[in-house]
Amino acid sequence: MTGIVIEARGLRKDYGAMAAVAGIDLDIHRGEIFGLLGPNGAGKTTTILMILGLTESSGGTVRVLGEDPIRNPLAVKRRVGYLPDAVGFYDNLTARENLRYTLRLAGMPRTDAERRIEEAMARVRLAEVTDKRVATYSRGMRQRLGIAEIIAKNAEIAILDEPTSGLDPQATFELLDMIRDLKADGVAVLLSSHLLDRVQSICDRVALFNHGAIALQGTVKELGQQVLGAGHAAHVEADGLDIERKLRAVAGVQKLEREGKGWRLISDRDVMADVAQVVVQGGGRLQRLAAAEPSLEAIYARYFEEHQDAA
Amino acid sequence: MQREGSPFTGVGAVFLKEYADHLSSVRMRVLELLVVAIGVVIVAFAIVNMRETVTRDEFLFLNLFLYQREGSIVPSLLGVLAILIPLMAIGLGFDSVNSEFNRRTMSRILAQPIYRDALLLGKFLAGLCTLSTGLIALWLLIVGAALITMGVPPSGEEVARSIAFLFVAIAFAGVWLAIAMLFSVMFRSAATSALCALGLWLFMTLVWPIMVEVLAPMLATPDPLAARLGLPSDSQVDWYLGLARVSPASLFGDASMAVLQPDPNMTRIPTIGMLGQLQGMVRGGALPLNQSLLLAWPQITALIAAVIVVFAIAYVAFQRQEVRA
Repeated sequence: MTGIVIEARGLRKDYGAMAAVAGIDLDIHRGEIFGLLGPNGAGKTTTILMILGLTESSGGTVRVLGEDPIRNPLAVKRRVGYLPDAVGFYDNLTARENLRYTLRLAGMPRTDAERRIEEAMARVRLAEVTDKRVATYSRGMRQRLGIAEIIAKNAEIAILDEPTSGLDPQATFELLDMIRDLKADGVAVLLSSHLLDRVQSICDRVALFNHGAIALQGTVKELGQQVLGAGHAAHVEADGLDIERKLRAVAGVQKLEREGKGWRLISDRDVMADVAQVVVQGGGRLQRLAAAEPSLEAIYARYFEEHQDAA
Repeated sequence: MQREGSPFTGVGAVFLKEYADHLSSVRMRVLELLVVAIGVVIVAFAIVNMRETVTRDEFLFLNLFLYQREGSIVPSLLGVLAILIPLMAIGLGFDSVNSEFNRRTMSRILAQPIYRDALLLGKFLAGLCTLSTGLIALWLLIVGAALITMGVPPSGEEVARSIAFLFVAIAFAGVWLAIAMLFSVMFRSAATSALCALGLWLFMTLVWPIMVEVLAPMLATPDPLAARLGLPSDSQVDWYLGLARVSPASLFGDASMAVLQPDPNMTRIPTIGMLGQLQGMVRGGALPLNQSLLLAWPQITALIAAVIVVFAIAYVAFQRQEVRA
């Protein structure tokens, strides 16, 4: 199940003299989770709205499932589910009535709709409260209801704008689980966020936005190599005589710096086995040795440190 | 750029949802209460008084809509409706679009496969249907009350005339609903929108008639003959009528009078914004129904045109609006 579902080329949006989005290229594949990351006001939501055809672009092209969202918005919106930032529902209606309205707008036959609502509400674990008014829902439940809407609509692409903002850790965890479930169904997920560590755990690829442009794009690992400038990172904790000098002497190690109780070790190849050997042979006690996945937070911080003039 | 797909996809769904919302809302309870209260009170008042004064009257039933006792401050049913209809229309329309933004439902709804056209049109039709429901209920109430209390069934022509009046009233409601919706598109705050719509209504009802009185002599071509006789010149009368008709209430009043009052001597009353002008009607020879309709036709078309123009402005404003809150 591969294939590009969203393709943007030179997409831009100007508000007067200011460019909210300044010519971005994006390819999103079927069945992947793609994260748009960046500070508030970097152009993430504008990009999303242009992909949905809710805002007209000032230049460039977008193709969503092969259609132009401006020229043929109905065909696009029929197959794309959208969960806006701080989603709202009609509080005076029950969850079932809310979903029924959306599905009727989507043109789904009534009997299908009823069945799909039941299924979707069960999927997001809201089955018991389907007939409660949405006014009684917590924020996390509303977000889940938004996911239920996307599931019920049978969307091929799910676009989620800041899905985890304002949620407590437990609710965030549950929501991320549901997003992973969407991916398992073969849905392409495009999500935007400024909460990096949460996003890192589920995104296959990310794009880092800065001032309307995509500064970096790729898997978290690739980004780490680009920004932190190294192939492999590892964390070592060990006791022993003169351990630091020994570690430095391991072939391939480029950089060693203190980090917590141990060292952060950066090398151009996988040196884990060598490190272990050196420590143990030198009579030291190896307490911890782990490959450090580059953290998005570190990438992000480093990137904006290096591009302070831009940020 | 040509867009594909029908702009009417989803109008039905929006209409049904909004209509259901209106019918179950507190505003509808208020509307119902007003309909019953007005229907009963005004009709009872008219009937009690008409019993005393009745001479032979061919259009007894239609008189229920127009009856006003000489020198009384109690307005006729027509006068009450001229105030009530705009208020109810504004009440139903002032938050129709901005509430979607405030509830943060707008972007979610517009992400469904419908055009914005459908949302606006569906909301407008739902509001108009709700108002029509109220007006039809009031109409039936009056017919029923008249049948019970007077024991005289309305003639076929009277029913036809009162149905024509119902149509005029709905068109009038449409104008104010469209205006209220225009403000709801223009202002994100529901309070601002309501205040602006009410302000415009007050201006049209209270200030405009006075301004017409002031402006007409200023704008009119001077006529020495008329001045010598101490009469308003033809040009002044034309300006007076033309300016007064800018107000939808004036159009409504004129059209209703033409339809409800078969006596042509009474149909050139310029505005019922001033209720006193309904007093002291003199009845002469009656016009047949089709002639009365012809007389009211310019006002009726003007009302419908006003609905379309205001709706179109609201539509354009809505299309250009950014979705993000």
